[in-house]
Amino acid sequence: MTAIPLAHVLMLASILFAIGFMGVIVRKNTLFMLMSLEVMLNAVGVAFIGAGSYWQQADGQVMFILILTLAAAEVAVGLALLIRLQHKYQSLDIDKLNSMQG
Amino acid sequence: MNIDFASIEMLFYLAGAVAVIASLKVVTQKNTVHALLYLVVSLLAVAVCFYLLGAPFAAGLEVIVYAGAILVLFVFAVMMFGLSVDETLHAPQSRGVAVWVGPMLLASLLLLELLFAIDSIDIQQKLTANIVDARQVGKLLYGSYLLAVEIASFLLLAGLVAGYHYAKPDSDMHSVLHSQHKKNNPRSS
Repeated sequence: MTAIPLAHVLMLASILFAIGFMGVIVRKNTLFMLMSLEVMLNAVGVAFIGAGSYWQQADGQVMFILILTLAAAEVAVGLALLIRLQHKYQSLDIDKLNSMQG
Repeated sequence: MNIDFASIEMLFYLAGAVAVIASLKVVTQKNTVHALLYLVVSLLAVAVCFYLLGAPFAAGLEVIVYAGAILVLFVFAVMMFGLSVDETLHAPQSRGVAVWVGPMLLASLLLLELLFAIDSIDIQQKLTANIVDARQVGKLLYGSYLLAVEIASFLLLAGLVAGYHYAKPDSDMHSVLHSQHKKNNPRSS
């Protein structure tokens, strides 16, 4: 048991998650969308660490490490795709991808 | 009921507020590099939260991997985009101090908080009482979560291959297409 109540940790996590989600929805620039995704993954990490410290188990930190590797792989692929997008369209606007008609 | 301002809870709420403010700034910022600065501050604030929650190993990983490696990847990618073309034209020109004073204030707040937490004997006792240290994490990671670690390594390998494949310069792609084009109708050139 830590001094910090679990509910407050989860509140912080959900606020951060909401901010990141808002960024993904609102922004048109794909680079900002990637950054907002980072904020969201970070919020999930806060929730896991909070739960792990509440029950005094190491599982939360293990899940955090897995999230970390996921974020690293996601950023590598995402940034490479953005570099390709920039070369092709000279812009990072997500609406340019509309030509995919997907 | 009196509120103890020097308790772990208050430090946690302060770090959480810094994280929320910095994340809001990330989302609403116009300039990419300024947003990256605020993203670093947000990650550092979350690392302080981890430390106060009794997970110093996760806090260290957050600083080293997130703020150290992933953010540097972002910065390198931004350098490769050459955003002077479409982004910084619309953003206001650099105004000296005004650009970095916000992130610096938030970061120094975090530093003060961390120094206070390390300096206070009472807080240190409370923190060490309910710590989940790296030994437990390692035992669990290479014990019951071994399969997850293997899958994560596959994921990283896939990320490496995909990053290399997509970010390759276009020149050899053009030459491949060109040779195929030649092969298909050899009289055209």
